[in-house]
Amino acid sequence: MLPELGHFALILALLLAALQAFFGIAGPGLGRERWTGAVTSAVAGQFVMVATAVGCLIACFVNEDFSVRYVAENSNSALPLFYRVTALWGAHEGSLLLWILLLAAWTVAVAIGAARLPRRFGARVLGVLGVVSFGFLLFTLATSNPFLRLDPPAGDGADLNPILQDPALAVHPPILYTGYVGFAVAFAFACAAMLEGRLDQQWARWTRPWTTVAWAFLGCGIALGSFWAYYELGWGGFWFWDPVENASFMPWLVGTALIHSLAVTDKRGLFKSWTLLLAILAFSLSMLGTFLVRSGVLVSVHSFAADPARGIFILVFLALMIGGALTLYAWRAPLLKSTAGFDLGARESFLLFNNVLLVVAAATVFAGTLAPLVSDALQLGTVSVGPPYFNPTFMLSMLPLMALLPLGINAAWKRGHLRDRQRTLLMTLAVAVILAVGVAFGVYAHGAVLTPVGAALGIWIILASLVDPIDRWRRRLSLPRAVLGMSLAHIGLGLAVIALTTVQSFTVERDVALAAGASTRVGSYDFRFDGVAPVEGPNYDAIGGTITVTRDGAPVAVLKPEKRQYWVQHQAITQTSIHMSRGNNLLVALGDDLGAGRWSIRIQIRPLVTLIWLAALIMALGGALAASDRRYRSARAAEAVAPTAAGEAAG
Amino acid sequence: MTARQRRMTLVIGIVAGVSIAGALALSAFRRNVTFFFDPTQVAAGQVPPGEGFRLGGMVSDGSLRRAPGSLEVRFTVTDFSHDVPVTYTGVLPDLFREGAGVVAHGHLGSDGTFVADEVLAKHDEKYMPPAVARSLKRRHGESRTESEPAAPPPGGAASPPAAPPTPSTGP
Repeated sequence: MLPELGHFALILALLLAALQAFFGIAGPGLGRERWTGAVTSAVAGQFVMVATAVGCLIACFVNEDFSVRYVAENSNSALPLFYRVTALWGAHEGSLLLWILLLAAWTVAVAIGAARLPRRFGARVLGVLGVVSFGFLLFTLATSNPFLRLDPPAGDGADLNPILQDPALAVHPPILYTGYVGFAVAFAFACAAMLEGRLDQQWARWTRPWTTVAWAFLGCGIALGSFWAYYELGWGGFWFWDPVENASFMPWLVGTALIHSLAVTDKRGLFKSWTLLLAILAFSLSMLGTFLVRSGVLVSVHSFAADPARGIFILVFLALMIGGALTLYAWRAPLLKSTAGFDLGARESFLLFNNVLLVVAAATVFAGTLAPLVSDALQLGTVSVGPPYFNPTFMLSMLPLMALLPLGINAAWKRGHLRDRQRTLLMTLAVAVILAVGVAFGVYAHGAVLTPVGAALGIWIILASLVDPIDRWRRRLSLPRAVLGMSLAHIGLGLAVIALTTVQSFTVERDVALAAGASTRVGSYDFRFDGVAPVEGPNYDAIGGTITVTRDGAPVAVLKPEKRQYWVQHQAITQTSIHMSRGNNLLVALGDDLGAGRWSIRIQIRPLVTLIWLAALIMALGGALAASDRRYRSARAAEAVAPTAAGEAAG
Repeated sequence: MTARQRRMTLVIGIVAGVSIAGALALSAFRRNVTFFFDPTQVAAGQVPPGEGFRLGGMVSDGSLRRAPGSLEVRFTVTDFSHDVPVTYTGVLPDLFREGAGVVAHGHLGSDGTFVADEVLAKHDEKYMPPAVARSLKRRHGESRTESEPAAPPPGGAASPPAAPPTPSTGP
């Protein structure tokens, strides 16, 4: 009964999405006031229906209804309750449903916020979101229905893939998707502005907080995924330039460019058409990411088994959405002329460089990600592109970006001089260089050429980010959240640069063969292997190893890595064991029984790797803080007081 | 400089910067892209000597050899037409086993042995790296035997989620 109810709710949601799209776009377009007013009801109805569908599927998982195919394939009676719920997004169909739920939730949030927007404009935003939602609902119902029944029902489920049975991965998809889907809001704002044929600084002010929040979520999602890959996959790295990682990273890069470009549009009324293009691009890349993950065309950690029908559907949908938006852009963008000018050394210039460099970085990642596909299609041979390509090309655009950042955030708008900041900036640079060189050659005896460069840039970014807040504080000026948030995000970036540099320069990795009682020295730590013993888990058996870590004879940690054998899928899973010591991340994974009483053991020491994820979190927090600034709320409040004069005139 | 000249300088600067970046990326690309070969291509001598590449195929049944207590393993990768002996020193990925698909990165030694520095194995029964599946299909065509594991099913409906190949990097 429940699956049928869910299926029915999903069909109703599809109809409501169609109504939402129609009312939202046709209402203001044809000047039908009542149609325009009906949009919000469609939004609310759609959300309720989608939530009902998701609720039904969760109930099926919790009740262990193995007559539902999706449940039978991704759950098991031995699976703990928590993972039975998160198994909802353990595979393709449920992930799509989650995507749709989050889109519906964002749409409701926009509808609440839109109460303060000009009526027509708000309706158009919701209408465009309706189009997006309609596409995904149609996709789900046509190719990936999670409510299909099995006849006869399965006796027990095939279980959730063991590597997904992990707390970090349980929350990773919802957060990542919240970010992905959030760019749909920026996209909808851009399309609505083009439909209106009008884009002003007020528009940028409405769009900024939504975009920044989406960007913050996406950043958190990527960081969580990286964290999971680090300890669960047991490969001991935090970033592999895997196609699916890239798929989430590209919209983040373009989204970063977008929030900076929006700042210029907001403050100075410039970069209008560029901002629109970035908004379209950011969402297109989010959709492309979905296509890459779902279609299975790329070899990846996350490859879902391929289904050509799905790939083609998403590709057509993608082409229609992007094609439509770009056509609208070609038609309307010439209307949006910027009139103001700016000096070469003004903040606008730096933000322009920021945008160019970020888009170039996204383009190089894009090229590397899709090259295997293209090469294969053109019969040039089967190739793979990995870190040897991505690392240098990415660095190529990131190094100048990091070097320009401290200048840019201290440059004045419009006029090309650094005011009285010039001396302060030079001093911070000097301090950064001295510190970096001292750390690189003092604390660590060796290091590559890029080590002090990276460290100096990171420290300089942090110091330069503090200049403006401190200056304001000393002069007893107000310290709005937008300024604090920006500083915080840039400090996070500086920390990330330092952490990445350190990890890349000073990681030690070693595979060793040890007999019980034997020990080995890696870095400045001694690892003693104390042997293995059987361990029993809730739905797996395991062999647990014990490794005692000491440093100069002093005990540091006892690590207990496991080699698990899950009952249902008979998959062997390496469970790593990790300990933090003086900023060093010690990771140990148990390999195979090599015979003669020896086991293969993987030992890795990564200094400051935890700081990478922490820095990503700080950046996201900075974004959230900036998005909560009063100026965005008061902008909307002012709009509510002087009711929609501008919007009515334009529509 | 007039405003127009300044703008031109800016535009030229950006175009120049982007072109330089593009050129460098392209050269990095040419040098760092890794090709995939199957055992038949290796046997035919299609691999440029001394160059790193990816070798893909199935681990032959009964070919896994290990000196007791040593990290070094030897096995054979086959596409059922030709075999390539492989040696690797390090921890093998979780799902590495005989009769399963594998992709290894490394180079050919002078004695024709493939010296792997990275081994990737597929992470569930139904998933196989597309390149391996294609190459097996090409090499073996219709004459598949029962003992071989099946290539990925054409329809995704009955297939499980995430199927990561697990790489394992040597010391």
